[in-house]
Amino acid sequence: MAQLTLKNLGKSFDGTDVIADLSLDVADGELVCLLGPSGSGKSTVLRMVGGFETPERGAILIDGEDVTEVPPEKRPTGMVFQSHALWSHMTVADNVAFGLKLRRLPKAEIRRKVTEALDLVGLGDFGNRRVWQLSGGQQQRVAIARALVLEPKILLLDEPFASLDQHLRERLREELRDIQRRLGITTLFVTHGQDEALALADRIVVLRGGEIEQAASPDRMYRAPETRFVAGFIGSMNFLACDMRGGRADHPLFPVAAVVPDGPVELAIRPEALTVSPGRSAGMSARVHRKTDYGTHLLLDIVLEDGARVKAMCPPSGAFEAGQEVRLTASQVALFRDEVKLAEVRTEAREVAHV
Amino acid sequence: MTIAETSLATANPVASRKTRRPDWIGGLLAVLLGIVVVVPLIVVAIWAFAEVWRYPSLLPQEWGLRFWTATLSRPDVWTAMSLSIRLSLVVTALSALICLPAAYAFARMDFPAKNVLFLSFLASHAFPKFGLLVAIAGIFLNLGLISTFWGVVLIQLVGTLMMMIWIPVAAFQNVDRAMEEAARDAGAGPIRVFWSVSLPQAAPTIFAAVLLSFVGTFYETEGAWLIGAPEIRTMPVLMITYINNQIVVQYGAVLSVLLWIPSFVALMFTRRLVGSSSFAKGFGV
Repeated sequence: MAQLTLKNLGKSFDGTDVIADLSLDVADGELVCLLGPSGSGKSTVLRMVGGFETPERGAILIDGEDVTEVPPEKRPTGMVFQSHALWSHMTVADNVAFGLKLRRLPKAEIRRKVTEALDLVGLGDFGNRRVWQLSGGQQQRVAIARALVLEPKILLLDEPFASLDQHLRERLREELRDIQRRLGITTLFVTHGQDEALALADRIVVLRGGEIEQAASPDRMYRAPETRFVAGFIGSMNFLACDMRGGRADHPLFPVAAVVPDGPVELAIRPEALTVSPGRSAGMSARVHRKTDYGTHLLLDIVLEDGARVKAMCPPSGAFEAGQEVRLTASQVALFRDEVKLAEVRTEAREVAHV
Repeated sequence: MTIAETSLATANPVASRKTRRPDWIGGLLAVLLGIVVVVPLIVVAIWAFAEVWRYPSLLPQEWGLRFWTATLSRPDVWTAMSLSIRLSLVVTALSALICLPAAYAFARMDFPAKNVLFLSFLASHAFPKFGLLVAIAGIFLNLGLISTFWGVVLIQLVGTLMMMIWIPVAAFQNVDRAMEEAARDAGAGPIRVFWSVSLPQAAPTIFAAVLLSFVGTFYETEGAWLIGAPEIRTMPVLMITYINNQIVVQYGAVLSVLLWIPSFVALMFTRRLVGSSSFAKGFGV
C-alpha cells in the first residue's frame, strides 16, 4: 500500500542539531516504533513526516514521491496526538467527519464512513456525544478513528497512550495492533516506553541524540542489543566492569571466554539469564540484599563482595531470604567496550558441565 | 478512577463542613461594596420615576412617568439611540475584523518587532486621552472627517483596539496547538483552521471582548463629542447637552436608565456564556 523513506534527514532548533543525519525505510504495512529517551528527537522525526516541521536537509518520500515541502493538509499522513487534540466544540461524529467534509464527499457517504470508523474503534454508539463526555481512553479511540477515516497512507502516532493508566494503555495497545494489522496500514509510532515498543512493533528504532542507535525487530532488540545504550535502555540489564586478559574475563564470578583484545570491558547480563542457587560461589561471595515478589517471578537484588549490585530473576517457588549467600551462573553474557558490543557468549553448556 | 472517585466522595463532606463557617470580614466587605455600587444606581432609578422629590424626604413626594413621556416623545432621543446602536455595531464589527486576525498573528506567529507592536496597542491608553483626541481632531479637521459618522467610527475604533487585541491574544494562546495541527492534518488550510478550530475554541473569551467593546463604544463620550459635534449626537453626548442646558435631574436620570439597557443585556449574555464555558471546563475540556 505505502512505503515511507527518510533520506539523510537533518533538523536543528536554535543552532543545535536535533536530528543530524537520519535515514530510515518503513516497508508497506509495517509498524515501526521510534523509541528513545526524551530529547532524542523521536517526536521531531514524526512531526517532520507529518509536515509540522520542515527538515533542513534530506528528503521524505512516501511511495517514492518527495513530500518534503508538502504542507500537512496535503500529505497522505494521519496523525494521532498525545493530547488526543479532539475539537471540543464539536460532537464525536463531527470530529471524525471534519476531514471528509473538507473533501466535499456526499453526505450519505460521510455518514457511512464516520459510522464505519467509529465502529472500528468500538465507539459506534458515541457519535452524538460531546468530546468531554468521553473517558480518556475513548477520547484517544476517537482520535484514532479521526486519523483513520481519511484513509491515510501513513499513520503517525505521537505517544498516544502516554496519559492513560497502565491497564487501559495495554488494552488500547492491543486494539491498535489489531486495527493496524487488519487495515495493513504503514505506521510510525513514537513512544518512550520500551514495553510499548516491544509489544507493538514489527521493528523498533532506538534513537539517541537524534541518531539511530539500532534498528531491529523487538526480539533482536531485546536479545541482541548492539550498543551498550540499547542494552541498558531496553529491559533491565546488569553491567559488571572487569578486564579481558588473554581471551578471558577477569571477573571472579563470570570468567567468560571470548576472542577479544585485552582491555577493560563491561559484562552485560539480563536478570533472567542469571541462575541463582543457594550456596557459595568460588571466586566471590554474593548475598541477597532484597527480594521482591512480582507474582509471576521473584526479583532478587544481590550484592557482590566488591559492592556491585546485580538483579536476578528466578521462579516464584525459589526460597531465598535477605542476607542469604547465593551462587550465580549466567547463561548468556554480552561484552561491551566503549558503547560497542565485542562479543556475545552463551555459557550455559559450560556451567552445566561445571556442576 | 473509581478509587479516586470514592475517596473524593468521602473527603467532600468533611471539606464542606470546614468551609461552612461564616466569613464575617468577607460578608462585611461585600455589603460595603454593595452600598457603594448599588445605592447610587437606586437613587438614579428613583429619580427617573420621580416628579417631585424635595429634601429631606427619603422617597419622592410624587411619582410619575411625566419625564419618560417627555423624553421619549422627543425625536432627537430616538435618532441618538439608533445612531449610537449603529455606531457601536459598526465600530465593534470593524474592530473584530481588524483585531481578531491580528490577535491570532500575535498569539501564533513570529515576526520582527512583535513585542513592540503588541505594546503599541497599549500606548493609546497610556496617555491622557483628551490630549490624544484633540490632536486627532486636528488631523480629522484637515481630512474633513469632523462631524461625520465615519470620523466618529474611526475615533471610537482606536478606543476598542486594546481590548480587542489583548483579550483575544490570550484566548488564542490558550488554544491547544495540537488541535490546530490536527485540523491541518485532516486537510484544512491555515484559514480554514482559524475559522473552524481556533476561533470556536477561543469563542467564549472573544465574545466577552466583543461585548465589552460594544458597551464601551456605546458609552464613549469624549471622542464622540469632540469629533462628532455638532452633527453626530450619540446618546451620551445628548445626555451631556441635556444636563448642560437645563438642570432637570429627571432628564438625566431617564436617559441613564435607558442607557442601562444595552449594558444590562450584554452583562446577562456574558454571564450565561462564561457560566456555560466554565461548566464545560469542569469536565476537563
